[in-house]
Amino acid sequence: MTPFQYSRANDVADAIKQIATDPSAKFIAGGTNLIDLIKYDVEGPSRLIDISHLPLRSVEPTSAGGVLIGAMVPNTDLAYHPLIEGRYPLLSRAILSGASQQLRNMASTGGNLLQRTRCFYYYDTATPCNKREPGSGCSAIDGVNRINAILGTSEACIATHPSDMCVALAALEATVHVTGPAGARIIAFADFHRLPGNTPQRDTNLEPDEIITAIELPPKGFSANYSYLKIRDRLSYAFALVSVAAALELDGDTIKEARLALGGVAHKPWRSTAAEAALLGQRTDATAFAKAADWLLHGAKGYGHNNFKIGLARRAIMRTLDQAARGTPQSNSDKKIR
Amino acid sequence: MASYIGSATPRVDGRAKVTGEAKYAGEFNVPGLVHGYVVESTIPKGRIVRIDPSGALEVDGVIDVLTHRNRPQMADKDDAYKDEVATEKGSPYRPLYDDIVLFSGQPLALVLAEDWETARVAASLVKVEYQKAPHVTDLHTERANAFAIDKPEKPRGDAEKAFASAAVRHEAEYFIPTEHHNPMELFASTAIWDDGQLTVYDKTQGVQNVQQYLCGVFKMKPDAVRVMSPYMGGGFGSGLRPQYQVVLAVLAARALKRPVRVMLSRAQMYALGHRPATIERLALGAKSDGTLDAMTHEAIAVTSQFEEFARNDTGWGNLLYRSPNAKFEHKLVKLDVPTSCDMRAPGAATGVYALECAMDELAVALKTDPVQLRLQCYSDRDQGADIPYTSKQLRECYREGAAAFGWDKRKAEPRSMREGSDLVGWGMASGVWEALQMATTVRIVLTANGHAEVATAASDIGTGTYTIMAQVAADMLGLPIDNINVKLGDSTLPQCPLEGGSWIASSVCNAIANTARAVRGDLLKLAIGMKDSPLAGAGVDDVALIDGKIVSRRDATRAVSIASAMQSGTADRITREEANKVAEDKSHARNVHSAIFAEVKVDEQLGVIRVTRVVNAVAAGRILNPKTAHSQVMGGVVWGIGMALHEETLFDHRFGRVMNANIAEYHVPVNADVHDIKVIFVDEPDEMVNPLGIKGLGEIGIVGVAAAIANAVYHATGKRVRDLPITLDKVIQFN
Repeated sequence: MTPFQYSRANDVADAIKQIATDPSAKFIAGGTNLIDLIKYDVEGPSRLIDISHLPLRSVEPTSAGGVLIGAMVPNTDLAYHPLIEGRYPLLSRAILSGASQQLRNMASTGGNLLQRTRCFYYYDTATPCNKREPGSGCSAIDGVNRINAILGTSEACIATHPSDMCVALAALEATVHVTGPAGARIIAFADFHRLPGNTPQRDTNLEPDEIITAIELPPKGFSANYSYLKIRDRLSYAFALVSVAAALELDGDTIKEARLALGGVAHKPWRSTAAEAALLGQRTDATAFAKAADWLLHGAKGYGHNNFKIGLARRAIMRTLDQAARGTPQSNSDKKIR
Repeated sequence: MASYIGSATPRVDGRAKVTGEAKYAGEFNVPGLVHGYVVESTIPKGRIVRIDPSGALEVDGVIDVLTHRNRPQMADKDDAYKDEVATEKGSPYRPLYDDIVLFSGQPLALVLAEDWETARVAASLVKVEYQKAPHVTDLHTERANAFAIDKPEKPRGDAEKAFASAAVRHEAEYFIPTEHHNPMELFASTAIWDDGQLTVYDKTQGVQNVQQYLCGVFKMKPDAVRVMSPYMGGGFGSGLRPQYQVVLAVLAARALKRPVRVMLSRAQMYALGHRPATIERLALGAKSDGTLDAMTHEAIAVTSQFEEFARNDTGWGNLLYRSPNAKFEHKLVKLDVPTSCDMRAPGAATGVYALECAMDELAVALKTDPVQLRLQCYSDRDQGADIPYTSKQLRECYREGAAAFGWDKRKAEPRSMREGSDLVGWGMASGVWEALQMATTVRIVLTANGHAEVATAASDIGTGTYTIMAQVAADMLGLPIDNINVKLGDSTLPQCPLEGGSWIASSVCNAIANTARAVRGDLLKLAIGMKDSPLAGAGVDDVALIDGKIVSRRDATRAVSIASAMQSGTADRITREEANKVAEDKSHARNVHSAIFAEVKVDEQLGVIRVTRVVNAVAAGRILNPKTAHSQVMGGVVWGIGMALHEETLFDHRFGRVMNANIAEYHVPVNADVHDIKVIFVDEPDEMVNPLGIKGLGEIGIVGVAAAIANAVYHATGKRVRDLPITLDKVIQFN
């Protein structure tokens, strides 16, 4: 742990100005991940710029028929917001399956996107890790990798992105509104997080001097046929071994549109256009679901302890699609898988 | 006045705990307090070539950095470091003693600063250079180097021959990984040095053990060292031996002549003792009538390179089942890890898990109901010592537990019970532990206003010791419970053993009864001395103390109030100090027993396991307080769920390091994992075990629970998982 300065940003412009003057500063909102990382000596920012007071706390309908979510909206408030519960229940369920009530109360919407991996080696500064210390090597590839990735990995890194919320946002094709010294821009969710490649130290395409201001949801919420299923080693307060967000638009039992994303398996929420295309025009049956699973898991590779994730993901995809098709989404209350 | 003993009395320390009034070892603030932060080894084995504290010393507010090179003097003989529960063989670990690295996470330096944050920042600036040595941390790869140790369980007959010729055989290995205690309260010590007098607030399960240990390590006189631990936020065995932070705090207090607090981080607590990873081999041979003929139980457990820690894993079958031929063996493997230590029901949690899974497998092989098999093999005698029990209501545990659970509706065939997409499994197991009593002295001070102070150097590790002591004293002294003030957790109080082994309730309460009897004798003398005393001629056992009065047991109208008896004398108080009588009698075995029934629901496709119901029927003699007793057993069941499904300290053997040293990734059950738990206390009067018939409840709650769940998982899925924890990928072959 290293000492740091603390300052508060009054508005977005101020936040951008402050971070521009100090490249080793970090924004802090809920701090539910960054504080841990500072304690573990993984992060050592020179300054924490507190953005938790920025006026980015509203959840409002957009003229396009979607919803704009301020970056500082706490996860809990978002999950229980009537617009979200009513129109985007997939997002609500995904958020509520993550972390604990206390953490969700603190965690911000923008911060959720920026949380770092839970790979054991990333947190242990006594071991090599390319994400923490580029070029030092990946300890997980031949190590304790039960929780690590099976898709989109590289020789440099097999870490996963730990968010549940992001899996739903990926499926819903949200966009990320960011602002930097060069002005504002909008990043498609699929382009926000990166695969590790040779630069596992970079989780996202957000520039260091940019700030997330909002998440925008498009009009389509798939509120009739959706499910978020999270499989983990205990029934709450654990990161996903595999999670699945499924959203369907049905005409009778024929699939008109499908969205499918996986969590816990890759460096980013994992989608495949081929998998979703394979479902179009198909009946909601096991054959179609299995085909989609095959596409989505195409190229999946285990590293020893996590080999099971491939088969588990396949079954979880099929079950989640079935739950979505039947209109019986997974509930977080009794943890029984429907 | 109704009896407090046996009533669901609320915790007398409950209010203090929930209001924060109760202070723990890391919460005693004194002026000028110095804060210490530990720098740990990042390698498991080798030597320190160089420690450079200069970076830390440059930080504003840092006072000093203690290492093996500049620390104050410590004892140089092993004996000085041997506390009450130190292993018989080996050299106890000496914190900051020399340049040898024995395990990853070993303290190498202590940074001392004016505040904790500064100490922590500075600790990250201490540079350590090592000379690494090859290390081993994997029990499986090292098992060939296992060596047998002497254990009391002797062989009977010829188990191998009987096994070979048995009609039905079952043989298998079971595995329990390393587990850590993870008490909520972090280990902490506050040491106050005052002109040669040392006062230490320590997180410990034995203040007198720590006091004696510190006297040895620092060559101090007993009356110069006082150790206090009024409250403890969970111990589970991790606080039986003095932990290293107490040595560091005292070292620093002596070096600086200032009060020092050292508190460990959660991650640092993974370098303390732990439940040893253990391989258990069971070989059971039965006759075709379903009675056991051969029982072999062999355990291979982890210990450190420098001490031989071993508990009784293998002897429990002797207490549960008749078998004319039996063989037991306990082996150890030395690894480059801290010495293993006691964790709730040490030996039994692991050994009985394996035994009871093996019995379940034998029942399957015999096509017998698991409860029926246990009744067929039921032993009314301790097979090892060939003696009867003071009491053993285990049959009744099976009966009441099975009835409450609805066991008779179980379909024997695995995968035969379903509920929607879930496979339903019902499993059961037996539990057993010892009913021990240790020498304990209690002091009672009764004052003329009818208030009493009851004191002994016990620890209340969260189990309710304060409360049961108050209950027993109130009953024995005939006073309302609000008039009883319990004092414990102070090494200057009368002698009391460590809080462990489930012996505190029986030891302390029987000592209270003896001391109260002495007080009663003094009161009676005063009463008899009164003019026209209605108690003239009565002996101490002819009277009882009831409702503030000394009352004749034969004629309740003959009574003298305690207040008037006290007034008749010259003293304003009666002080008595007496011990319990610890039985020398070896003619009977003293044990507690339980029967556990568990229901699991396992998603057939995904392998997700939920423990939906557990019934634990316990026979443990007299239950002093059904409320705290219920909590105690329920906590054991929850831990058993964790042992079965969640808990595992994950090592990366390349680095010799624990990779999940935090409670986000070291999983224990959370509320969602805990459903319906029913605790039954089977009636078990036992005047032989000790005068009050108390057997203790600390350990029994967890024993057998993991086995019942593992057996239920088998019944649900047809898949026998023999290495814990049972995760979904072990239940289902996914690829």
